[in-house]
Amino acid sequence: MQPIKRVRSKTVVIAAGNIDTDQIIPARFLTTTTKEGLGKQLFADWRYGKDGAPNADFVLNRPEARGAEILVAGRNFGCGSSREHAPWALLDFGFRAVISTEIADIFRGNSMKNGLLPIVVDEQTSQWLLDHPGAEVEIDLDTARLTLPTGIAVAFPIEAFARHCLLNGVDELGYLRSKLPFIERYEASLAALT
Amino acid sequence: MSARTLFDKVWAAHEVVAETPDTPAVLYVDLHLIHEVTSPQAFSLLKSRGLPVRRPDRTLATMDHSTPTETAQVFGNVPIKVDAAAKQVRQLERNAADFGIELFGMHDMRRGIVHVISPELGCTQPGMTIVCGDSHTSTHGAFGALAFGIGTTEVGHVLATQSLLQRKPKSFAINVEGDLRPGVTAKDLILAIIGRIGVSGGTGYVLEYRGSTIRAMSMDERMTVCNMSIEAGARAGMIAPDQITFDYLESKPRAPKAGDWDAALLRWRNLRTDPDAKFDAAVDIDAAQIEPMITYGTNPGMVVPIGAAIPDSAGEVFDKALRYMGFHNGEGMLGKPVNVVFIGSCTNGRLEDLQAAARILKGRKVAPGVHLLIVPGSQQIKQKAEESGLAEIFKAAGADWRESGCSMCIGMNGDTVPAGQYSISTSNRNFEGRQGVGARTLLVSPLTAAASAVRGRITDPRELL
Repeated sequence: MQPIKRVRSKTVVIAAGNIDTDQIIPARFLTTTTKEGLGKQLFADWRYGKDGAPNADFVLNRPEARGAEILVAGRNFGCGSSREHAPWALLDFGFRAVISTEIADIFRGNSMKNGLLPIVVDEQTSQWLLDHPGAEVEIDLDTARLTLPTGIAVAFPIEAFARHCLLNGVDELGYLRSKLPFIERYEASLAALT
Repeated sequence: MSARTLFDKVWAAHEVVAETPDTPAVLYVDLHLIHEVTSPQAFSLLKSRGLPVRRPDRTLATMDHSTPTETAQVFGNVPIKVDAAAKQVRQLERNAADFGIELFGMHDMRRGIVHVISPELGCTQPGMTIVCGDSHTSTHGAFGALAFGIGTTEVGHVLATQSLLQRKPKSFAINVEGDLRPGVTAKDLILAIIGRIGVSGGTGYVLEYRGSTIRAMSMDERMTVCNMSIEAGARAGMIAPDQITFDYLESKPRAPKAGDWDAALLRWRNLRTDPDAKFDAAVDIDAAQIEPMITYGTNPGMVVPIGAAIPDSAGEVFDKALRYMGFHNGEGMLGKPVNVVFIGSCTNGRLEDLQAAARILKGRKVAPGVHLLIVPGSQQIKQKAEESGLAEIFKAAGADWRESGCSMCIGMNGDTVPAGQYSISTSNRNFEGRQGVGARTLLVSPLTAAASAVRGRITDPRELL
């Protein structure tokens, strides 16, 4: 994975709370056997009409969304299923970070493993972002701070090891495989038990 | 050693490398369940790096999400209708063969929904760590296992190392005391719990369901409760194993045998929260106060007792959900029209769920114009339902009786609810479009589903018991 230090971009706002992974990528698109190309199905049921034509009212179809790399959403983003297709679809569309007051556990883990930054902020910061769609913000992973165009900077929590892997392009599977001697020893102790 | 919770004990027993501020724990996985939808990209990762599956003997594969439920497509010469699904099924067959993984394939009598077959085979056991690329892996916590859903990258990690990098979640006690009233089921209890703590109330926690109500439950009921832990945001829910657990397991084909069984029992009996153990959060639920529950919105936390009215608006998201459902606040739920009724899924597709539905459907007919789809959770449950006469009751009532699978819970296999129609469903998610584009899902127990199918309207099952 390429190292990620910071994301600087205008935002797109989808204010709804409890956006579940069935909205991010509906189940009928999960029959794919690859990770690529899911961006065109991102938020498919909100983005396209029954005839398949883009719904002009939906924010991702509007010109101001073009080029935005940061999605700001309501509370509890990414709840529901464990499908990693959700971060794959967001990344394929062009997003590199999601900001909410709360991000569901499995989605958060899946996102960090793919280089999509899940950024949890306080209510006040979230409300400012929801009220200012298109704001140019900077996420600095090194200092774990989000800077608003007002100059206000807020710290965000991010798991230390995932941050290290993202900053340095460390492959988690490679790290896990470096622990194989411990895993072998553990298995040997299990075998001794039975 | 200080007092520990059930979760603490299972976690500690699987820590290969302890966590530090800088690094997560390396957690050993006893059992890895895989299915056709979330595994292909993980196998591709292994292939691209030339890695084998480390422990094929701890890995079980089946196909359930995108598989057809029509007998002619499963066993006959009719090809699988959804092309991409057929491709996924073939891909899993190839991956299982290439990597030496046991597969319960399309024609295997042991096939079914992954969270139904592992317990019924006795693969799911107390104290285990169990993972699967599916959020309803929480089901297996009913046996006192630590079981949770993972993403496809992590499926690859487990295939390659039989381990995961994990931070230890916090613990949350759900204390439930008293007797559930007649006509009130495990499904109603878990819906009431989700309504109480909210759809993100469990985020960051492992739940432990405790108390006299839980101890009185059968394994099928406990699995229904643990299954929906994720709908409260919790990756896992657990119940301490007891004699009911051991009696369920003893006759299962893959449970330990003879001397191994006795040794296992000794270990399993210690799998309970110590009396003085502390939880990070707790809630108390009075079982006797719970009514049959029904959802009215687009997440499982938007739930009311069946006789109640839809609450007053709670903001824009709430209003959007009601618009999607075609409902208004203040309206009662009873008597609303029903188009489709689905009985099945990893939440409510086990034998006791079918028996509950049959109590209502016996000698009655599905209302004209209503499509009642009954999909058993596994081929073994299908067979038992046929041998015990349940299937005859369903067919005589006019139900559509199918082969096993996830079916209309997720609608990947062509079993979908038409746009705008109301689906009374025993599944676990009422998200927009979950059962088909524009489908409107109301989550209920098998009793409420069956009663509503008979009347063609949302019905309190106690009127027909």
